[in-house]
Amino acid sequence: MTSNVYRFRPLNLGRWLLWSAFALVLFVAPMFLKSSLSLTMLTQMGTAIIVCLSYNMLLGQGGMLSFGHAVYSGLGAFAAIHTLNKVGAGDWSIPVSLIPLVGGLGGLVVAALLGAVTTKKSGNTFAMITLGVGELVWNMSLMLPEFFGGEGGINSNRVVGQPVMGITFGPQIQVYYLIAVYCFICTVLMFAFTQTPLGRMLNAVRDNPERVEFIGYDTQRVRYIAFMIAGFFAGIAGGLYALNFEIVTAEVVGAQRSGAYLLFTFLGGSLFFFGPIIGAVLMVFAMVMLSELTKAWLLYLGLLFLFMVMYAPGGFASLLMMNMRLAAYGMLKRLWGVYAAMAVTATLVILPFAAVVEMVYHIKLNEALGPVMRFAGMDLDTRSSTTWGLTLLMLAVGVGLFELVRRRFSRLWNQIQEDIEAQLARTPAL
Amino acid sequence: METFVVFFLNGLSYGLLLFMLSSGLTLIFSMMGVLNFAHTSFYMLGAYFAYVITGLVGFFPALILAPLLVGILGAAFERYSLRKVHVYGHVPELLVTFGLSYVVFECVRLIWGPANVDYRIPDALSGPLFTIANVKAQGVQFLLGAGDPAICGPAAGNSCTQFPLYRGFMALVALFMLGALWLLLTRTRIGLIIQAALTHPDMAQALGHNVPRVMMGVFGGGCALAGLAGVIGGNAFVTEPNMAASVGAIIFVVVVVGGMGSLAGAFLASLLIGLLQTFAVVADVSVASVMQSHGQTVNFEHWSYPLLKITVSQMAPILPYLLLVLILIFRPKGLLGTREE
Repeated sequence: MTSNVYRFRPLNLGRWLLWSAFALVLFVAPMFLKSSLSLTMLTQMGTAIIVCLSYNMLLGQGGMLSFGHAVYSGLGAFAAIHTLNKVGAGDWSIPVSLIPLVGGLGGLVVAALLGAVTTKKSGNTFAMITLGVGELVWNMSLMLPEFFGGEGGINSNRVVGQPVMGITFGPQIQVYYLIAVYCFICTVLMFAFTQTPLGRMLNAVRDNPERVEFIGYDTQRVRYIAFMIAGFFAGIAGGLYALNFEIVTAEVVGAQRSGAYLLFTFLGGSLFFFGPIIGAVLMVFAMVMLSELTKAWLLYLGLLFLFMVMYAPGGFASLLMMNMRLAAYGMLKRLWGVYAAMAVTATLVILPFAAVVEMVYHIKLNEALGPVMRFAGMDLDTRSSTTWGLTLLMLAVGVGLFELVRRRFSRLWNQIQEDIEAQLARTPAL
Repeated sequence: METFVVFFLNGLSYGLLLFMLSSGLTLIFSMMGVLNFAHTSFYMLGAYFAYVITGLVGFFPALILAPLLVGILGAAFERYSLRKVHVYGHVPELLVTFGLSYVVFECVRLIWGPANVDYRIPDALSGPLFTIANVKAQGVQFLLGAGDPAICGPAAGNSCTQFPLYRGFMALVALFMLGALWLLLTRTRIGLIIQAALTHPDMAQALGHNVPRVMMGVFGGGCALAGLAGVIGGNAFVTEPNMAASVGAIIFVVVVVGGMGSLAGAFLASLLIGLLQTFAVVADVSVASVMQSHGQTVNFEHWSYPLLKITVSQMAPILPYLLLVLILIFRPKGLLGTREE
């Protein structure tokens, strides 16, 4: 794994522009997307961005593949919702806007406790241990209904305490802006962390732990500190989740959620700082929209993930950056044709494949509704052999065509890379 | 006493099943450095294939055919997917198997539905293997089969505990398979080549052995072992799409507790966890009940009461993970591990 740090010389104007644009997007997004569905999704994206970035602190920057990150965000959410209930009962007085910080502290404490054990190991063993610890917490949540609320979860009400400047956090839009502010600040802080000596040591621990030990650093301590910081930010995301939904059930600490964080952080791109932001947006889209659209969405997701690991281990962010590099050398236009051809042939593969999957699902689950189902604007008869034959034929043709285009693409791609290398060799280094 | 023996044997057979799973995982891990997250997905596939094949030709052919099929699938996965990501390092290898576990889970739900399937123990192997009877005034007796109705009938009033035949069969298959594996690895030419490919891949390649193909064989073999465990475990427990996830975390615990890459350690840890879970289920004591039996009053309103009232049997699901945490604190390299990572 290599990490590329892009710097704009001599003045870091690009960075200022990017961050301002990010803040602006967070600020104006709800003004353009006014429906309640899009507002719900935007709020969820805010929390998802924080949690995916905190996960990438482990995966991308520390090389620690964790299967139990939902433990920290989930327990942070529980800490926040219990605090909210205490505030509501009048026992404690904490402003609602600071409750996510309580969640963060909860995540930090849990990460400090469990991280002392899990970060003793690195690599594959670390992954297995986090899985075990995740299962431990998940099973504990079933055993302690007093704290985790059992099946029904813990309910709360976020409109408590004195309103500050008329903000009660009753309307969804106010919660969105709270989450947006937290999202921006946390993103800035996490980016700042990558620039600190500790952040750089973390990269060194990922790339060459043996050498780090020789220099005199304790790799376990570096991992442990990073793990706690990641737990803190995950806890903040959990606290925002609790404020947003006003209910926290035991499933927020479950393995499925941890798996989703891993999957989408990787899909977004773990090699770049902004990759998990793409991943978080995708995660909310997949969980809200895709799961409505089809029951087999986990299958499509798993396959997408498999192909991503096999062919683009840097995720969407690396695909983007590779094309940015081409654009910077003015060579992107040579690829437009082949990209268009790939898009067409990929559709020819995906459509019949999805049709096959949906037809199997229809036969299995909706047989009572009759053999005909609607798919992509067509009526498909799942009992007729012509439908199956045509679909499979189309799939075979699509795969063949895609393979032809892919070969042409990879030839062209390699040629362009060579041209860029040649161009680099001609111009003296700055 | 008689229940103790039967529970002990039950725990042993469960532990041996765990070892069948973890041995494949350990073999693949120690030979290829790949942590196969989808290992229990192959276990699940073994159970479902066995269910289908049992319906077609019967259980005993399924015992051979299902693991073979699973092994072929595993080898194909290694050849066409895992080998491609090998160059990127171990984390992408783990991730690709993680992705596979999603795909297998959804495919199984797609084909066989989300509920459990009716995969049963064959008639020839159902029923009790032996019965241990605690006969009044005569002490403990060991009886074959269901036992004499004169002793174990409802009228006799003796306490009888039966040990199922299928549990014995499971243990037998596991032991037979492990013996065969050990002989294969240590006493045959194939085993020597595998060992050479493990320790000196470059040299083995230079001597003309196709090391990638050996790796493919090892991966397929490991998956076939998982498939075999699925065939005999699927009907002893439940065959459903969540069976992979439910046992997956436990065999990871087994591998870490035993020591990464150590087969003997995995064996010890499997038996330990098998026995631990079996006995914990029947231990109906909690800290609160122990305190009460020692004459202390228990305050039901105290904040720690919900924690203290949890019985050991309720704690059974988390015991393996607690063991994991304890081992990591006191013996980080595992029971019989040698490598310190």
